[in-house]
Amino acid sequence: MQSERRQAQSDPVWMKWGLTATATGVIAVLVLIPVINVFAEALSGGIGVYWRNLFADPETRHSIYLTLTVAPIAVVANIIFAIAASWAIVHFEFPGRTLLTALIDLPFSVSPVVAGLMFVLIFGLQGYLGKFLRRDGYSIMPYIMAGIAAVAVIAIHSIMQHRQLPSANRKSHSCVIVVLSGVATFAAVLIIQLYFHIWPEHQSLKIIFATPGLVLATMFVTFPFVARELIPVMEAIGPEEELAALSLGASGWQTFWRVTIPNIKWGLIYGVILCNARAVGEFGAVYVVSGHIEGKTDTMPLRIEKLFQEYNLPGSFAVASALTLLALLTLAAKTLVERKAHAIHTRGAHTRGGIR
Amino acid sequence: MVISNSHNVRGPFMAIRTTRLFALLCVTTGSAQTVTLLNVSYDPTRELWRDLNEHFIARYEKEKGVKLAINQSHGGSSTQARAVIDGLDADVVTLASYLDIDAISKAGLIKSDWINRFPQRSLPYYSTIVFVVRKGNPKGIKDWPDLVKPGVEVITPNPKTSGNGYLSFFSAWGSVVLRGGSRQDAIDYVTKLYKQVPVLDSGARGATTTFAQKKIGDVHLAWENEAQLEVREAKGELDIVYPPISIRAEPHVAIVDENVDRKKTRDAAEAYLNFAYSDEAQEIIAKHFYRPVNETILKNNASQFPEIRMFAITEIAKDIPDAHKQFIAEGGVFDSIYKPK
Repeated sequence: MQSERRQAQSDPVWMKWGLTATATGVIAVLVLIPVINVFAEALSGGIGVYWRNLFADPETRHSIYLTLTVAPIAVVANIIFAIAASWAIVHFEFPGRTLLTALIDLPFSVSPVVAGLMFVLIFGLQGYLGKFLRRDGYSIMPYIMAGIAAVAVIAIHSIMQHRQLPSANRKSHSCVIVVLSGVATFAAVLIIQLYFHIWPEHQSLKIIFATPGLVLATMFVTFPFVARELIPVMEAIGPEEELAALSLGASGWQTFWRVTIPNIKWGLIYGVILCNARAVGEFGAVYVVSGHIEGKTDTMPLRIEKLFQEYNLPGSFAVASALTLLALLTLAAKTLVERKAHAIHTRGAHTRGGIR
Repeated sequence: MVISNSHNVRGPFMAIRTTRLFALLCVTTGSAQTVTLLNVSYDPTRELWRDLNEHFIARYEKEKGVKLAINQSHGGSSTQARAVIDGLDADVVTLASYLDIDAISKAGLIKSDWINRFPQRSLPYYSTIVFVVRKGNPKGIKDWPDLVKPGVEVITPNPKTSGNGYLSFFSAWGSVVLRGGSRQDAIDYVTKLYKQVPVLDSGARGATTTFAQKKIGDVHLAWENEAQLEVREAKGELDIVYPPISIRAEPHVAIVDENVDRKKTRDAAEAYLNFAYSDEAQEIIAKHFYRPVNETILKNNASQFPEIRMFAITEIAKDIPDAHKQFIAEGGVFDSIYKPK
């Protein structure tokens, strides 16, 4: 053992330099030169042209706006999902727990194009919900709003419940509240719609080939990123600190905000950064559900492809460089977070879980 | 979940609206809206329709006093047809081939007599397949037989996935059988031809990139309008060659009945497609290198549209679906002659 290690440490000089040269060479050819080239091409016409390419064309401008809308929504949704999922997986034993863990990884292994097609199969006109969604928006609006209201009431109720002692009486009570709130919202939306035309006539609710579809597709391909980061962190921390907090009289909600969140903070931020990087750059899945409506459903990566096909190389490289810039910022943020988390880790503070 | 019929929801609405004072409010808020149309088209027509839209929007507002917004969606023709079938809210489709509109029609979104709803079998313009060669035509390519001379590399997209691709195939086939060749001669010809294709791109724009930017191949079989753009872009590096015979490519237009009836946009959509036949629009069409159906305007632009014999698909097959089945579909002629390298 000992002698082997010594031998490994005293590698011949040619090997040291050979390996270093190979590594730097590959990085240079595969990463560095293309990245520099993107910026060089984009800026080849000068800063003025570059700026015009990015912001003068209304469709390009819209694609930037759309990406900056879709990605944050997807990220926020994924944060909520990831915390819920990792909490459930780490804290509870329930049937299908292993399956859930495995399914979280599914988007990593499924081709994004397939992901897009799945949404077409569900929400497309020939899909399961297609016919329902095709109806006039204002005839389905009340159902949707009522559903949202009921879910909101359930959520608020379950949070409030922690502060009060549950009783059998209250339980049946809460069912009635949920149903009543749903019905009330339904009626309210219906009445408002009838008199005030909030929802324009002859408009159906669009999921695919519109922004909601882009958000769904982006969410699907990015949702493992946060959850994958959180699960090991939460597992490493274990339930002790939370139990301690609870035993000292903290409510579930307080424990979550004061104990859990600070513990998983760095893992969460790290996951969000990765998730955001992927969400901004996603092409395959959104390509399928976009519908390619110019100035409506083109995100930045889709716009790059379109500009490229229109022989507008400076334009496509300008958008590409903006996307690359985002990637570089992500990289910087990621390095920063890693360093910060590492510092905390070595100080032996909260994050015992370590970060990949 | 209980989903009531939409009439149940609208029913009381209608009743209330007629009896209440609020009715006035509803009517006034409902009228001064912009009508939005979506034109779902194929890849190369982007610039053409952008130009046409601008003129039509101005004219429609002047004539009808209705403000229009026209959105465009472009992509591979079959992909676009698929998207409309899957619910992309197109008011009109202007696709590369009869087959694609037919597919939407078969899905029940377009009435089956669509081809007779607009003049000239719903064709405001047509096009053909021509040759693009390197500067000065070093390989001396003038006609279809020149393509199979030894050492000539031919660029054309895959007939299975591209409109440009199968029209190239049909043109090549027609150039043999319509000039006295037998079926066997045609099979021999296309066998040789596709042996000289180094890469089969999946779409027209991809093939253009391969030929013009990657500089692969000696001759590119392209849409006439794409060829003109390609030659213009290349700034003297490429030339266009008109073969004596080629196919008449027919990119039809149609209204998506299901969508316009639901969105109540039929009037605007019909005016939009009819506008494409007006003199104003036909001139724009010619400017974008599509052949206008208006004979006078075609003649006025004769210098950019040299007369060549354009044969209809019906001269080599029963109709387009039949041609597709015979030549392109699984087990057709193309499968038997082409082996991927």
